[in-house]
Amino acid sequence: MLKTKNSRWLAAPYLVWMVTFIVVPLLIVIWYALTPSQTSAINAAAAADAATAPTVVFTLENLTQIGRYTGVFARSLILAAEATAICLVLAFPVGYALSRLRANKQHIMLMLVMLPMWMNFLLRTYAWMSLLENNGLINRLLGFFGLGPFQLINTSGAVVLGMVYNYLPYMILPLYTAMTKIDNSIIEAAQDLGCNLRRTVTRVLIPLSSSGIATGITMVFVPSVSTFIISRMLGGGSNLLIGDLIELQFLGNAYNLNLGSAMSLVLMVIVLLCMSFTSSFDEESMEGVM
Amino acid sequence: MNENLIVSLKDIVVEFDGEKVLDGLSLDIHDKEFVTFLGPSGCGKTTTLRVIAGFITPKSGNVFFDGQDIADLPPYKRQVNTVFQKYALFPHLNVFENVAFGLRLQKDENGKKLSEALIREKVLEMLATVGLKGYERRSIHQLSGGQQQRVAIARSLVNSPRVLLLDEPLGALDLKLRKEMQLELKRLQREMQITFVYVTHDQEEALTMSDTVVVMNDGHIQQIGSPEDIYNEPCNAFVARFIGDSNIVDGVMLKDYLVSFGGQEFLCVDGGFAPNESVQVVIRPEDVEIVPPQDGALTGRVREVIFKGVHFEMHVDVEGYEWLIHSTHASQPGEIIGMNIAPDMIHIMRRTEG
Repeated sequence: MLKTKNSRWLAAPYLVWMVTFIVVPLLIVIWYALTPSQTSAINAAAAADAATAPTVVFTLENLTQIGRYTGVFARSLILAAEATAICLVLAFPVGYALSRLRANKQHIMLMLVMLPMWMNFLLRTYAWMSLLENNGLINRLLGFFGLGPFQLINTSGAVVLGMVYNYLPYMILPLYTAMTKIDNSIIEAAQDLGCNLRRTVTRVLIPLSSSGIATGITMVFVPSVSTFIISRMLGGGSNLLIGDLIELQFLGNAYNLNLGSAMSLVLMVIVLLCMSFTSSFDEESMEGVM
Repeated sequence: MNENLIVSLKDIVVEFDGEKVLDGLSLDIHDKEFVTFLGPSGCGKTTTLRVIAGFITPKSGNVFFDGQDIADLPPYKRQVNTVFQKYALFPHLNVFENVAFGLRLQKDENGKKLSEALIREKVLEMLATVGLKGYERRSIHQLSGGQQQRVAIARSLVNSPRVLLLDEPLGALDLKLRKEMQLELKRLQREMQITFVYVTHDQEEALTMSDTVVVMNDGHIQQIGSPEDIYNEPCNAFVARFIGDSNIVDGVMLKDYLVSFGGQEFLCVDGGFAPNESVQVVIRPEDVEIVPPQDGALTGRVREVIFKGVHFEMHVDVEGYEWLIHSTHASQPGEIIGMNIAPDMIHIMRRTEG
C-alpha cells in the first residue's frame, strides 16, 4: 500500500495538465474579457498611444456590451430551467423504479437508460431534426390522420425537447444513485405512519434524495444553458442561446474574441452560482446522513 | 385479557413467485393481548405481520380489523403501526421530528391538523415514557442501537394505534440490552393497554413476554397457546424441539395413563389414545431425575458433561438414544446412572412427520 505522504505525488501529472489546459486558458479568457477589442474606440486610441509608450489598457467595455444581449441570456436561462424541470419530473419516478428493482435487473435497466449516450450527440440531434421537420415523420404521421402540419422545428419547444432528450440520463443516474440508499422499510414506515403516495414523496423521498436532485439539476442545467448545437439545429435562427452567441464571436461573422471571452466569463459566473446554490442543498442533506 | 377480537385472519394465502408462504392461515387476536409469532426464519411469521400492516395483499382470504374486512385498505389508513426490524427511522429528521411524524399527518375530529403545542406535549410525554427525555434535539445518527429502537417504538406508540406490530425489534441488540427491552416492552404494553403483535425466532423472548404464543412453521400455525401450554404441552415434535431443549423418543401408548418407551413402562397423565398407538414422548432435560443405577427406571452411560452456569448439561446414552439431562449435580463421564421421570413430566404427542 502507498503511504499517504507519497501518494499525493500521484496527482502531480493531473496538476500539470490542469495548470496547462485549464488555469492558463482561463487566465487568457479573463485577459481578453478585460481588454478592449480591435474595433473599439479605446483600442484605437491605445494603438495611437502605442507608438509612443506601449501600455495595456483594461476596460469593462466588453462586459457592459453584454447588456445588449440580455434577451439571449434570459432565453438561455429560461429554456435550460424548463428542460431541467422537465427532466426532474420525468427522471424522479424512473430513478425510484430503478432503485427498487433487484440488483441484476438494475444493471440491465441502467444500461438501457445509458444506451442513447452511446450514439453520437450530433447524430441524435440530427435524428430529431428529421422527425420534427415540416414534412418530417411526425407531421406526416399526423397528416395521415388529417391533422397539421404543425410548426415543430425551429421553435423554443424543439430546443427544450432536444435538451431533455440529450440530458435526461444525467438526471436519472444521480437520482437513482441517491435513491438506492433509501431502505424500503423507511418508505414503508412513512406509509405506516399515515403517508399516502403524495406525502411519501414530499416528506420522505424528496428530502432523502436531495443530494441526487442537486447533482441532477447541475448536470442537466449546466450543459443546457451553454449548449449551441441543440439550439442551432432545432431552434433555427430565432432561438439564439448564449452558446450560439459565444460561438459567433469566436468562429462566426461577429468575430470578437474580447466580447466572446466576456460572455464566457458571465456564463461561468452563472454556472458557478447555480452550482453553489444546488450544492448548498447537497450539504444540508449530507448533514443528516453524517 | 378480554374476549373482544381485534384482528382476525381467515384462510390467508400468500404466494411469492408461485411459492406458498402462507397456506390458508387463520388466526384470531384479542384486544389488549400480547401475541407472539414464533418460528424459524422463512416460516411466514413476518409475512403474517405484513399482511396485518397492509404491506402485503394476500392472494386470497380475509383480514378483519374490529369486525371490518380491511384486505383492500392501504397501510396509511389502518389503525396499526409497525416497529421495523432495522428501526427504519427517518435519517433527515431529528428525534423529535421522527416521533412527531405520524402526529403531523393526523387530523382531529374537525378535520384540522393537530396544534403544534399538542404535538409537542405528546412527543415529549412519549419520549419520557421510553426513557429518552432530553434527547429530542439529537440527530438519530448520534444514538446507540438501543436508543434508536426506543425512538422507533415511541414513533409508533405516539399515534395511539389499536395494534402495534413489532418485527423482531430487538434482534440487533446485545443480550443484556435485549432482556432490558423485553421487560420494558411488556411494561409499555400493560400501561398503554394496546394490543402487541410481536415477531421473533427467539423462543425465550416469546415465553418471557407473551400472553399468547403462536408457533409457526412452513406457512402453517403449529400451535397456539399460553407460554406454559406451549412449553409443557407441545402438540408435536416441531414445537417441542423449537421451544427449548427436549428429549423426543418413540413410544407406545399401552392404555390410558400408561406408556412404554426405552424398554420400560411409565405412568403418565395423558389419555385418549388408541390401545397400543405408536406415539412420541417428550421429556424436558430438567425433568429427568438422576438416581443410583439400581433405583432408576432407565439406566444410561454418561458421555459428556458440560458446565452451563446454573446447571450441568449431560449427554447420556440410553439404549442407543442420546438423552439430554440438565442437573445441578454433575456426574462423571463414563459413569452409569439411573434415571426416573415423574408421571406429570411425561408429555405424549400423536405421531407427526415432524
